[in-house]
Amino acid sequence: MPNHTFKLNGETVDVEVEDDVRLLWVIRDLLGVTGPKYGCGINVCKACTSHINGKAFNPCSVPVGAVKPTDEVTTIEGLADTAPGGDLHPMQQAWIDNDVAQCGYCQPGQIMAAVAKVRQCRAEGREVDDAAIEELRNICRCGTYNRIREAIKAGAEKM
Amino acid sequence: MPTHRATTTRSRPTAEPAHRADVKRRSFLGLLVAAPVLVTAAEIGRQTLFDSVPDASAVALPSAPQPAELYDLLDVIRDSARPTANLITVKVNKDGTVSFAIPRSENGQGIITSTQMIIAEEMNLDPDQVVVTLADARPELVFNQLTGGSSTTFSTYTPIRVAAALAQGRLLGAAANELDQDVSVLTSRQGLITGPNGKSLPFGDLTTKAAAPVTEAANVVLKDREKFTVIGKARTKSDALAMVTGKKKFTTDLKIPDALPTVICRAPDLNGFPRSVGNLAAIRAMPGVTDVVKVGTGVAVRAKTYGQCIDAVNALEVTWAAGTVSGEDDESVLRKLRRGELPLAAPKGLGTTLESEHVFYFRSNSSLETNCAIADVRANSATIWGPAKSPIAAQNDIARKLGIPQNAVTFHVMEGGGSFGRKLFYDAALEAAEVSQAMGKPVKLMWTRSDDSRQGRVHPMATTRIRANVTGDAVSSFEIRHTSVATEVNPGLSEAITATAQKVPGGNLTVSESIFVTTQVTPYNFGVSTNFLSEVDMRFNTSSMRNIYSPDVATARELMVDRIAARMGKDPYEFRSEFTKLERWKKVVDRAAKEADWGKSMADGTAQGIGMHVEYKGVACAVVELDCRPETVNREIRSARTGPRVTKVTYVVDVGLVINPRGVRAQMMGGINDALAMTLTSSLHLTDGHFVEASWDNYFYTRQWNTPPEMNIIVVDDSDAPEPGGVGEFGVAATCGAIACAYVRATGKTPSYFPLDHKDPLPFTPYPTSPPVPPSPVNGLETTF
Repeated sequence: MPNHTFKLNGETVDVEVEDDVRLLWVIRDLLGVTGPKYGCGINVCKACTSHINGKAFNPCSVPVGAVKPTDEVTTIEGLADTAPGGDLHPMQQAWIDNDVAQCGYCQPGQIMAAVAKVRQCRAEGREVDDAAIEELRNICRCGTYNRIREAIKAGAEKM
Repeated sequence: MPTHRATTTRSRPTAEPAHRADVKRRSFLGLLVAAPVLVTAAEIGRQTLFDSVPDASAVALPSAPQPAELYDLLDVIRDSARPTANLITVKVNKDGTVSFAIPRSENGQGIITSTQMIIAEEMNLDPDQVVVTLADARPELVFNQLTGGSSTTFSTYTPIRVAAALAQGRLLGAAANELDQDVSVLTSRQGLITGPNGKSLPFGDLTTKAAAPVTEAANVVLKDREKFTVIGKARTKSDALAMVTGKKKFTTDLKIPDALPTVICRAPDLNGFPRSVGNLAAIRAMPGVTDVVKVGTGVAVRAKTYGQCIDAVNALEVTWAAGTVSGEDDESVLRKLRRGELPLAAPKGLGTTLESEHVFYFRSNSSLETNCAIADVRANSATIWGPAKSPIAAQNDIARKLGIPQNAVTFHVMEGGGSFGRKLFYDAALEAAEVSQAMGKPVKLMWTRSDDSRQGRVHPMATTRIRANVTGDAVSSFEIRHTSVATEVNPGLSEAITATAQKVPGGNLTVSESIFVTTQVTPYNFGVSTNFLSEVDMRFNTSSMRNIYSPDVATARELMVDRIAARMGKDPYEFRSEFTKLERWKKVVDRAAKEADWGKSMADGTAQGIGMHVEYKGVACAVVELDCRPETVNREIRSARTGPRVTKVTYVVDVGLVINPRGVRAQMMGGINDALAMTLTSSLHLTDGHFVEASWDNYFYTRQWNTPPEMNIIVVDDSDAPEPGGVGEFGVAATCGAIACAYVRATGKTPSYFPLDHKDPLPFTPYPTSPPVPPSPVNGLETTF
């Protein structure tokens, strides 16, 4: 069986599984890291949003065979370590300050997408405004969208 | 000139309502439970605290109180829970914490946090010092372990307070002994009881001494509302940190030994079932697969990863039996509904008769966490983990399915990833038990998104017909006839309701009729005002989706209210303010209009709309602004519904006593976003015996690009009502009504069906029904940002 190596939340991991198994299941079912959630499996709901080399992506739609040993995958569990100081990433803190989460199921993906969106806006010299936030496709079935907006704007200021 | 006019609403005397003053002076009976440490419980078996008989406050043609005004669904559920309220105990632990296992289900409503607050208030603790967990299924609680109808806080508020107050009293008594001081000079703060000399003792040191040697009843007086310091203050959810760090565990996150991922291959038809499997051996040899068995609802595959389960499910060759609605579609079901419609009774001819009929298509209450459960079934026992709002019924059904006694089934209630009524049922738990038994192994069963969308429970298709007779400036009759595909009521809820529903005025109703009659209030003085339900079609998987019948009924009702107002030449807001039945309700309508700047100038193609709703011992009024201009309606977003956009919502709600205003606002926000979806964008289409929608790119729940940029939610903080009402579903109906009314005002067109876009061309190519699961893409690295 093929062996796969990559970096997950700062640590090198090693896993034996067929090439075509999607990374989400490798992370969750084989490596036991459960922050990224299943909501559709077809890159639509964005509940599994994580980062690869600092950019938002959806591991439900990436075969593990496409991940290189040098790739750094970050899930919600590793987000805080990517920011200087503190126990939490500023976006996580903004989420708590705004009491965004309701059931919490989609929120790891929401936060990971939000961080990437802020970075993208910065890189493109755009403001993190409602128009930018409306580009986010993450579903929250509890309907917390308006608090998410507030939190992203607050978190962006601290990033 | 009309012969008589509707006079304006008269104010009630403004003195504090007598019932509110009564509550704080009343003493309650609690129970000291014999235990090594202090354990207390509540004994509730007396008259309802809530004086819910309203005083009519308007005159024209006052409508008699409708059944739901006298005895509503919350009363039904609370009364069914009364006899067992004393089995719910507060325990003071030796480490000084206070613990309470709430026999309810948390799916994001925030009841764990609000329950911590209620106990903390009575015991002068910080909410963090109170540990609230979800209780396992406890059959001895009978009807008191049911989460539904927004009833949790209403039904548990007083029993929990009584138990907590009794515990506080016992601890003070024990401290008085230890400190050799009179109780009256002691203070209790943050789990520390302090005497006048500054000497203090922690709860943990006192709990053994305060423990009761024998179980006995004791009287207790509750804290005055005026002295509350925790209740009514905004508080962030206790698990907010766990949720933003990925530490919160949902069912499929659990690591139960050997419980491998399991997925069921399901039929193309709704409720089809497997006859035979052609390639079992080949599937069993697929990578990662450990077991494949045919079960009642399909063919179950257990594998090392869910991905491998799905690959195997899609490779299965199954011969399927036809489903329950084989060959049918939306319009054939609608024809059947129409044949079951009840007649409108009031004769036409008195003044002007206005009639309306609206169709409401199927909607999905699928939450983001799909149906799931873990089952470990052994020879004579079973252990189940899963989200469940009625775990006792689940435990009973699972035991019957497995052929073992109910007490051999342990049901651990997990926090759910959303419910919206879906988790009143336990379809996945029942299946997981069946599959685990068949395989002889533990399984972690999960429905795929397409299963959840196509085979999962739905809000039923329905029609609402209204006839109103308008005479001059009065409404002499207002009849609502709601005809629906049957809403399946889960065993736990239906037993609770049948146990108490005979108390409803005019009693002796079926379960669904009971729910309808105990939830529907036409909040206006409309003379003879009646609401009836008929249900006609039992072949669908349905459930009580958030706010059950009210989103549809309120949409139709508020549209008719606007028509009546127009007929009389009155402004929609002023009409509601004038005709609403109670002063408490009028206050909310007036406040919403004021906060929303009702009547302000709006651009062509945009409009405000107003809707009100009375339910859950409370009252709500929504004012929305809707943009129906072509540049908005036609904006293009990939794989999305756009259409008319709600640009602002003002929502005023009086839910009675507010425990956690932040939690209440959160529930309203969710309800408002649900209302957008219900009214504008989200529905299921039945075609050839199955629902077309297989995922979130087909079923258009509200997204960031739909949600109102402005939302102003105002929770009334000085309600006359003495107790907390229901919150979880209360954002939906009033908003639905307001959006529908705004659409008519913006476009001049009255829709005959909802959601508005149901008959528009589908903005997607449907996924095939066979194989059943859309395969995961492989290009995820091309869409990074």
